[in-house]
Amino acid sequence: MQTFPCAFCGPRPETEFHFAGDLGNLRPEGFLEVSAETWSSYLFAHNNPRGESREIWKHLTCMEVFTMTRDTLSHIVNSSTALLPEGDA
Amino acid sequence: MTRHYSLLSLIKEGFANQKGWQPAWRSPEPKARYDAIVIGGGGHGLATAYYLAKNHGITNVAIIEKGWLGGGNTGRNTTTIRSNYFYPESAALYERSLQLYEGLSKDLNYNVMFSQRGVLTMVHSKGEMEIAARLVNAMQINGIDSDLLDIDACKKIVPLYDFSPKSRFQVLGGVWQGRAGVARHDAVAWGYARAADRLGVDIIQNCEVTEFMIEGGRCRGVMTSKGPIRSDKVSLSVAGNSSQMAAKAGFRLPVISYTLQACVSEPVKPILDTVVLAPATATYVSQSDKGELVIGGGIDRVPSYAQRGNLPALEVVLSGLMEMFPTVGQLKLMRQWGGVVDVTPDSSPIMGESPLPGLYLNCGWGTGGFKSIPVGGEMTAYMMANGKHHDLTRPFDLERFRTGRLIDEAAGSGIAH
Repeated sequence: MQTFPCAFCGPRPETEFHFAGDLGNLRPEGFLEVSAETWSSYLFAHNNPRGESREIWKHLTCMEVFTMTRDTLSHIVNSSTALLPEGDA
Repeated sequence: MTRHYSLLSLIKEGFANQKGWQPAWRSPEPKARYDAIVIGGGGHGLATAYYLAKNHGITNVAIIEKGWLGGGNTGRNTTTIRSNYFYPESAALYERSLQLYEGLSKDLNYNVMFSQRGVLTMVHSKGEMEIAARLVNAMQINGIDSDLLDIDACKKIVPLYDFSPKSRFQVLGGVWQGRAGVARHDAVAWGYARAADRLGVDIIQNCEVTEFMIEGGRCRGVMTSKGPIRSDKVSLSVAGNSSQMAAKAGFRLPVISYTLQACVSEPVKPILDTVVLAPATATYVSQSDKGELVIGGGIDRVPSYAQRGNLPALEVVLSGLMEMFPTVGQLKLMRQWGGVVDVTPDSSPIMGESPLPGLYLNCGWGTGGFKSIPVGGEMTAYMMANGKHHDLTRPFDLERFRTGRLIDEAAGSGIAH
């Protein structure tokens, strides 16, 4: 079994983690002004890279979310960083 | 040279010391220009080229495959074919595929060993029984053969299954599609390849598409490792690599690539003459003609392009198998493998012209790519030949992710893919 490094708990089994999407996929501001294309892109489209991928993951046991950079082909994890509230970063 | 496969040609070649058989397909060098280019030499791509030639008379076609023919998911699945879907749009699409499979061996003059041995989906609780009745009703209204079975009928179909009330996931009944079945996966690829080649299609292996030629906002061809190849009609049948090709064409897809694993046991005497699926564990199993148990389940939960899979998903699948058939616990596993599947948010495929005009999409089949090879090919060929949607494909356009009219089969038919 592969271990993923939780930014808070350290290395834990992969089954404790949940993939939560691409890093930087920010919710569009201005609810009514946002076009259908932008909503669709935000909600459904994925970068889905082959190779280095910058992603958001959730550690289901401690319920914290964090960013992880890993290789989708070799499964090697390069870094994991806590997601801090804006202003604290 | 002997081209046609028949009893007569078998006898003839028997007397000729088997020296007259023609190779099943040629390995030509690519021409500078084709009427249509199909990217991806798996089942869907090969079928697309075949139906372009057969149904639409477009024979100046190239299939461009970066590896070898049928070496991706076409050679990595569990060969199950069924059409018991919930929504009318899906039922029509997959039923067309099943119908094409029913006549495929004759159509291709190649035995794809389609065996309509039925698929039995177990039901584990009273609540699920009610949902199963609703599913079966919906399927019957859609014109799909589907039956709700009680536990006694299930026992007759799979006597080896653990039906005891003490089992971890007790069975109360099942959903049965008798026309579903399995086929020989490689034969489907080889049969389409041979039939397409005979109609004049060029199958170009070991040739990778590196970028698209975009002129005047349209796709005008592809750059490949064997040089530029021009065509005003290009289609994409590359399953798990769809996002990579879309990125080269300048757009993103609602697709995540995951590994789907499967494995086979050592061969044993006939013990199972149908396909059995237990939704509680998402494990399904059938027995191949060689006697191996062919075992599959849900996808790995980690987005991945590695064609191997991780252990946790395999553990879930095999422990599920042990719940279903405790007797098979002593069997050894012979082989395990993984394929990269293109999963969409609604578990339905994406078909239609892409945001880059002249480039047609046939992707998002996720874990259901093998069963849909004939219809995926037939419909992509139709779209390429006519420059518009077929009635069957219109609901599956990429547009649905903008309008919000999803066809959510993951929720609809309760299938874990």
